[in-house]
Order: sequence, then structure tokens, then C-alpha cells
Amino acid sequence: MSITVVLFWFLTALALLSAIMVLLSKNPVHSVLWLIVVFFAISGHYILLNAQFLAIVNLIVYAGAIMVLFLFVIMLMNLNAETEPQKNTWLKLAGAISGGSLLLILVSVIRSATDMTGRTAQVGEGNIGLISNLGKALFSEYVVPFEISSVLFLSAMVGAVVIGKKD
Amino acid sequence: MPIQYYIGLAATLFCIGITGVLIRRNAIIIFMCIELMLNAVNLLLVAFSKMHYATAFIRNANTTAGSDAQLFVFFIMVVAAAEVSVGLAIIVMMYRNTHSVDVNYLNRLKN
Repeated sequence: MSITVVLFWFLTALALLSAIMVLLSKNPVHSVLWLIVVFFAISGHYILLNAQFLAIVNLIVYAGAIMVLFLFVIMLMNLNAETEPQKNTWLKLAGAISGGSLLLILVSVIRSATDMTGRTAQVGEGNIGLISNLGKALFSEYVVPFEISSVLFLSAMVGAVVIGKKD
Repeated sequence: MPIQYYIGLAATLFCIGITGVLIRRNAIIIFMCIELMLNAVNLLLVAFSKMHYATAFIRNANTTAGSDAQLFVFFIMVVAAAEVSVGLAIIVMMYRNTHSVDVNYLNRLKN
């Protein structure tokens, strides 16, 4: 087993276990911290796929900004394990069964898809994920969506202020 | 690395996110599970872009096939960041009105 295979399985196991811990934690703060671990594992996958720009953006935007925003809101509301609302056991069981059934169907489809057999994702090489290539494409082909996203951010900012304003 | 491993990982993460939306009542946790599902899709897009690049690389050594998918992932992250700011503002507003983040209290909107 080469080092990339070992790293792939380690990051996969880390991502799945922490994703399950996000659901099982009673304390919302612990859920946020486990979700940060998931994002770090996904960033590790990006680095393994040599998508370095996305790995860094994922860390900065998701693990940095968004999760700090979540933590900030949770601490602002003073949520903890005692105030956590609980569904009854049957509803939880029904939810778990429906999610598991969807996973079963998806996995069986993936296993039987013939045009995906023998295809491999290039790991550890290839330079499309490097910041020079993505930057060139972003500021030549995709410059209009990039500028429109600034308008989106402005409207999101105004929306957040208007919604959060005390009236 | 076979692409099916990545599809399986992304599908599993997506289904964990769906299960979280179904079994939790805390609005913030539900929102976090939605973020988890978005990230599963992002991971799958990056894996597919590398698969596409690997096949295009055989025909043309300096191809940039696949960089479109990585830019899609970048735009998904941009939209997700905007969505989180508005969504958290809505949740804070809901907490201010009901003094709870339990989504079941929202059924009073029915009447």
C-alpha cells in the first residue's frame, strides 16, 4: 500500500466518523467542532487530489469563517446540551432508516454503473488545481459570474443586516 | 484512486447529512447538515474534474480540462457563504421571537 492509499482511507474514515459525531453530539458546540474536523478531512482530500487552491479556500471560508459564525451564534444564544430539543425515538429511528435506505440505493447504483468502472481520479499529480491555472480561467472565462457574485455578497450582507435588525 | 471510492464517500457523507436533517430538531444543527451535504457535492465535483483531466491528458499534454469543475466548486463555496450569513440571521431572528431554536415551534406559522 502506497502512502496516498493509506492517506485516502485515513481521511475517509476521519470524515465519516466525524460526520456521524456531528449528528450524535448532544452539545451543539461539539457538533460545530466535529464539523470543523470533517472540513479538515475534506481539505485533506483536496490536497490529495492536488486541488490546492480549493483546499486552502475550503479551510479559510468553511473551517475559518463559516464555522466561526456558527460558533458565535451558538454562544450568543447560550445553547448547550440541556436546552437541546430532542425528537422522540421513533422519529429518529424513521429518519435513520430513510437515510440508510437512500444510501443503500445510491451505493447499489454506483456499484452497477458500468461507465464508472475502471475510471480513476488522478491523485497527487496534474496541475489544473493550481492557483495560476484557476486564476487565469477565473479572470478570463468566468469574470462575469465572478463580478455578479460580488453583487450577491452585497445583497446577502444587506439582507443579513435587515433581518437581524431590531425593530 | 478509483472514482467509485470517491462517489461512495460523497454519497455516504450526503446521506449522513440527510439523516441529520431528519433526526435533529435544532435549527442550527440542521443548517450544519446542509453545509455537510454541500461539501459532499463539492468533493465529488473535484474528484470528477480530476477524472476528466486524466482522460483528456492522454490526448493533449497541456490541456486545462477539468478546471471548470473546480471553478464551479469555488462558486458553490461563494454562494454557500452568502447563504450562511442570511440563514444564520433568520435563525437569530427566530430565536428572538420564540426563545428556542426548535424547528417544531415554527408550526405556529400554520394558523
